[in-house]
Amino acid sequence: MANKNMAPKKTPMPEQKPDVRNKNFSEVALGYTEEMALNEAARCLGCKNRPCVSGCPVNVQIPDFITLVAEGKYSEAYKKITETNSLPAVCGRVCPQESQCEGKCVRGIKGEPVAIGRLERFCADYSMKKAEDSGEKAKPNGHKVAVIGAGPAGLTCAGDLARKGYDVTVFEAFHKAGGVLIYGIPEFRLPKAIVQKEIDKLIKAGVKMELNVVAGRAVQVDELLESGFEAVFVGTGAGLPAFLNIEGESLNGVFSANEYLTRNNLMKAFDPNYDTPIFEAKKVAVVGGGNVAMDAARTAKRLGAEVYIVYRRSEEEMPARAEEIHHAKEEGINFNLLCNPVRILGNKDGWVEGIECVRMELGEPDASGRRRPVEKQGSNFVIDVDAVIMAIGTSPNPIIKDTTKGLETNKHGCIVACEDTGKTSKDRVYAGGDAVTGAATVILAMGAGKKAAEAIDKAIMNKAE
Amino acid sequence: MYKVVKREQLTENVVLMEVEAPLVAKKCLPGQFIILRVNEQGERIPLTVAGYDREKGTVRIIYQIVGKTTQILSELKEGEAILDFVGPLGTPSHTEGIKKAAVIGGGLGCAIAYPQAKALFDKGADVTMIAGFRSKDFVILEDEMKKASNKLYIMSDDGSYGEHGLVTNKLEELLKAGEVFDTVIAIGPLIMMKFVCQLTKKYNVKTIVSMNPIMIDGTGMCGGCRLTVDGKTKFACVDGPDFDGHLVDFDEAIRRSRMYSSKEREAMEKHKCRLEGMNSGK
Ligand SMILES: Cc1cc2nc3c(=O)[nH]c(=O)nc-3n(C[C@H](O)[C@H](O)[C@H](O)COP(=O)(O)OP(=O)(O)OC[C@H]3O[C@@H](n4cnc5c(N)ncnc54)[C@H](O)[C@@H]3O)c2cc1C
Ligand SMILES: Cc1cc2nc3c(=O)[nH]c(=O)nc-3n(C[C@H](O)[C@H](O)[C@H](O)COP(=O)(O)OP(=O)(O)OC[C@H]3O[C@@H](n4cnc5c(N)ncnc54)[C@H](O)[C@@H]3O)c2cc1C
Ligand code: SF4
Ligand code: SF4
Ligand code: FES
Repeated sequence: MANKNMAPKKTPMPEQKPDVRNKNFSEVALGYTEEMALNEAARCLGCKNRPCVSGCPVNVQIPDFITLVAEGKYSEAYKKITETNSLPAVCGRVCPQESQCEGKCVRGIKGEPVAIGRLERFCADYSMKKAEDSGEKAKPNGHKVAVIGAGPAGLTCAGDLARKGYDVTVFEAFHKAGGVLIYGIPEFRLPKAIVQKEIDKLIKAGVKMELNVVAGRAVQVDELLESGFEAVFVGTGAGLPAFLNIEGESLNGVFSANEYLTRNNLMKAFDPNYDTPIFEAKKVAVVGGGNVAMDAARTAKRLGAEVYIVYRRSEEEMPARAEEIHHAKEEGINFNLLCNPVRILGNKDGWVEGIECVRMELGEPDASGRRRPVEKQGSNFVIDVDAVIMAIGTSPNPIIKDTTKGLETNKHGCIVACEDTGKTSKDRVYAGGDAVTGAATVILAMGAGKKAAEAIDKAIMNKAE
Repeated sequence: MYKVVKREQLTENVVLMEVEAPLVAKKCLPGQFIILRVNEQGERIPLTVAGYDREKGTVRIIYQIVGKTTQILSELKEGEAILDFVGPLGTPSHTEGIKKAAVIGGGLGCAIAYPQAKALFDKGADVTMIAGFRSKDFVILEDEMKKASNKLYIMSDDGSYGEHGLVTNKLEELLKAGEVFDTVIAIGPLIMMKFVCQLTKKYNVKTIVSMNPIMIDGTGMCGGCRLTVDGKTKFACVDGPDFDGHLVDFDEAIRRSRMYSSKEREAMEKHKCRLEGMNSGK
């Protein structure tokens, strides 16, 4: 084997310059060249106890694929990844690696961990360019399964079942498949062409896509079960936006991040050839500290606004991927940390004029272990803005729950499902992803789709015997 | 793709279309709506289900040409197709228990009010319909509304057709004369619904309005369609579009409906210029 690379830092990834990219929607991170990938792969020590693998929710065989990269066997490396992860081009780009695989890497103890995500992306992009994944159809086994929602959870479940020979139909409410990957995560972080290629692969593998179908309205879960589908997987995500319920939230110029991002990503409002309008703000406050907040902020910046993040805890508690926070700062987004909105101010015509905030300090840790922010009395101040974007969380949409008898949900509206199988309280109905966990991550949603596919396969095969 | 099987020009800028959409046709109920996207570059716009044929699998829409999307839609010919057509969306109207109703349509609102009136009438309710139009040229669906009501009053702003006056004038006249309605259903411009509600509040008659804010997904995902009803935030696309009119904050709704108006005018101007450019280029 080649010599180990003992450099303490990751091989840097080429990127568009901050003051260039904050004006366009092309991808920020440009990906490793072969040479860079080889250099980075040589940093992996091939640890016997594989701590990194335990950090990956779908158990990508990390040292094995990295060894293949180091040997220049990129296609084999890609195949190794896809044994357990069906969307590596996506995961390599959007997984919060620092708290998953890379968070467990031993190289991270002294210095930076191996850039597992970047290597995963490299393998996926390499194979995509070569159009290697033929997505051949499996032999039909004569069983039908329906999947509701074409996000990462639904797509993974559909893909796995199709590869086992199932006749799978995906019902999706929007006019495009992909879920958050299409409508939420912006082009500059996850090019839509990549998502589309993954979806085309599934279609090639035999998955049928029924777009423009809102399950619960156009077709009910029970109807699907009665019409020949032997099982139904519900992967409808957590799309219902939360608001703060503070004064001024109904002023013109206040948006949910979902609305703002959907206009821009799904409906392509940034492209003058598309008809959907988007509010052209001059100064925007984005409330929140997660990936959604970063995406909304960086989108507003690209549309020409001066942007202020308003987050009530400190940077340490920010749930966004470390890389996105870093990129947002580089791009000139202003961070107002330990800062909580109190009300939104409007002018006499009802348009946003400013946001009043109060400064916070960190108190005792709460149940989640994060230190609870408490208000500093009398520290109120106003940021002058003409738009406010709320990115403070989402919960599952109630349409499926309200139209499906016997489907149990918890007090947050999340579908109650077994963690290992996705089985719900209703016979033959499985669920996974954000619809079950509340807003989480792409890879967790995929993991849930995968487990459910296995459980569905087992249940149907047992019955068939 | 969803084929346009019928296209009819009702007035100079109101068009009726029947669209092949079997899944929607099978399920839709009065009060529900669809969202369509004419082409790849197009906007998603909501339109009320103004009728359906479950057997033929078609859905009827009636729309006014107000901007770019409705303009492009109106340019489609029979046999051509709409790219996306999703529904039925929204909560169906609650018509149970209504025995005597006044159904009020303002202009194009008649297209939305008509199926509701018909549903009530078919169930045996006593239906008084009051339809208001700007002038004679804007009158739509007169025969249909007549067949779906016990009594139809047509009003025009300028007196060029039916009676001279606003729908609220007629309603007040009836209420003053002692007519007792258990429900008033008002569908039309926000400003009309606002004044109907002011009036019916005075007479203490329950009033249902159909709200039509700006929408994108129509499934409760963007929050763009939010309204304040009884002091609480509601999403018109899932909680409505029908609401108790006495609880709706109309001034806020009117303000929010103008969120994108300057941009939309721009888009329409551009589209017109292009059309004219094409025509003159011939
Ligand atoms: C802006 C943003 C940025 C994010 N960034 C990251 C990131 O960097 N890394 C990361 O790991 N995670 C990120 N996430 C979270 C991640 O995207 C989600 O956890 C993941 O997409 C959940 O997958 P899902 O399949 O459960 O649901 P979704 O992706 O939400 O997909 C659900 C699908 O179901 C459809 N649907 C809903 N209801 C119905 C119905 N009744 N009938 C038919 N179809 C229906 C929806 O239209 C949608 O297409 C981000 C989320 C957002 C919003
Ligand atoms: C639930 C619902 C049901 C509807 N049903 C019908 C229907 O059956 N027939 C019909 O003709 N229209 C209906 N509408 C209104 C219709 O959606 C709008 O007319 C359409 O979106 C205009 O699109 P456009 O691109 O042609 O015009 P735009 O360029 O978007 O707008 C042109 C003008 O219309 C105004 N406008 C835009 N959207 C709306 C709206 N939602 N309500 C009021 N004014 C608006 C704009 O401010 C602008 O002044 C409904 C709306 C909703 C929310
Ligand atoms: S799927 Fe995500 S967590 Fe797993 S190895 Fe890849 S980047 Fe890491
Ligand atoms: S922990 Fe790090 S160094 Fe060890 S095998 Fe995993 S990636 Fe390689
Ligand atoms: S249209 Fe998006 S929430 Fe109603």
